[in-house]
Amino acid sequence: MAEPNVVLNNSGLKSPAQGSTTREQELISRVQRGQNELFYELVRPYERRVYAAALAILRNESDAEDTAQEAMLKAFANIRQFRAEARFSTWLIQITVNEALMRRRRERTVLMEGIDDRRDEESDYAPRDFADWREIPSEALERKEVRLKLADALATLDRKYREVFVLRDMEQLNIQETAEALGISVASVKTRLLRARLMLRDLLAAGWEQGWFSRLPFEKGNKPW
Amino acid sequence: MVNSKDDRGAVNCEQMWQEISNYIEGEVDAGLRSAMDEHFRTCKSCSSVLAGARNVIQLYSDERMIDEQTIEVPAGFGRRLEKRLAQSARVRSSRWSTWSAWLVPVAALALFAGGLHVANSMTSGPELKSEHAQPGQGIPPDMLVVVTADAKVFHVPGCEVIHNKATERTLTAKEAMAQGYVPCLRCLREYLHTANAGHTALESEADADADEEIVSSGR
Repeated sequence: MAEPNVVLNNSGLKSPAQGSTTREQELISRVQRGQNELFYELVRPYERRVYAAALAILRNESDAEDTAQEAMLKAFANIRQFRAEARFSTWLIQITVNEALMRRRRERTVLMEGIDDRRDEESDYAPRDFADWREIPSEALERKEVRLKLADALATLDRKYREVFVLRDMEQLNIQETAEALGISVASVKTRLLRARLMLRDLLAAGWEQGWFSRLPFEKGNKPW
Repeated sequence: MVNSKDDRGAVNCEQMWQEISNYIEGEVDAGLRSAMDEHFRTCKSCSSVLAGARNVIQLYSDERMIDEQTIEVPAGFGRRLEKRLAQSARVRSSRWSTWSAWLVPVAALALFAGGLHVANSMTSGPELKSEHAQPGQGIPPDMLVVVTADAKVFHVPGCEVIHNKATERTLTAKEAMAQGYVPCLRCLREYLHTANAGHTALESEADADADEEIVSSGR
């Protein structure tokens, strides 16, 4: 019997992130039927999401990599139990979060956050900018500079705000799951989330005024053709 | 520019800012929501804050925000993952080959030794959390299952009789069994002695009752 070998496959299937979910479903069902070599292609578009979720919980790059990979191995071992009603990315992130939590418990990484946790409950943060917010359309994300500006803005937040924001607003965990993942109270998640969102709003509003997003595609004088 | 005192209704601007995130999450009660709606109608500043916060969420939740520019995965991550997946696939394959190779002689030996005794002696595992329950047989050890706080049973994710869902955590069947959890009578019926494809609705109700009993006796 030929040994299964997991390699990047150039079968011509588009990556799920770029193509339709039908492609992803096709990949899933082929892996479920035993085409193990396609599994890496299936999870490759989610490498970053999985890693980012693990990093937000473990706060250590090497642990995050190991956990992200363990989670994908677990997903590989259990792919036959994946049901089409669920979103594959959600299933994968859920496995990752659980894996990261187990690791944290196992290694007894105590989060020394008790004092901080209380301090930010007394949130007196007020928005700085009340100028009319001009909406940045999602199409702006087509531009790498815009994505980088948004990533830079996020990177300026303190870690405790950033990790809540990453898990809730980027990884789409709910408030309860975010609280459990970070080992903090639901009230703290809500307070930090509020502050993260408002701080980012301020940064983006300021960026808007400085022209970060001014060269939008299809804007007058900036036609791509 | 921003009113700190309430001259428009029940909430002032500072209170609005504290609640704006909860408002977006749909986590404010009906009374507060209607007061906030009223405030947004008349306060340009707070409407601007709300629009901006919503825009932030919309932009950052976009899948394009998690790409090679915004999240830096350690160099060689993909290569290492591929390698580990390949190893895992090989192990699974060789495990199956080993099992296949041993299947016939082991089956013969089991028959020779009076299989039932062998099977019984092999099932002595950890102390079960519920004396009403059965340990289950043939459950794939790597199967992902969920358990909840204070319960004694483990379930297939999404099982309709999971209690106390807020405390749900996922682990493998092997880990759950090692910790003494027992299979749910409903969703893991196929692995129990009572497995019976043609069971009646009445029996299902009895299962649910039994499951309830197992769960509640754990509290």
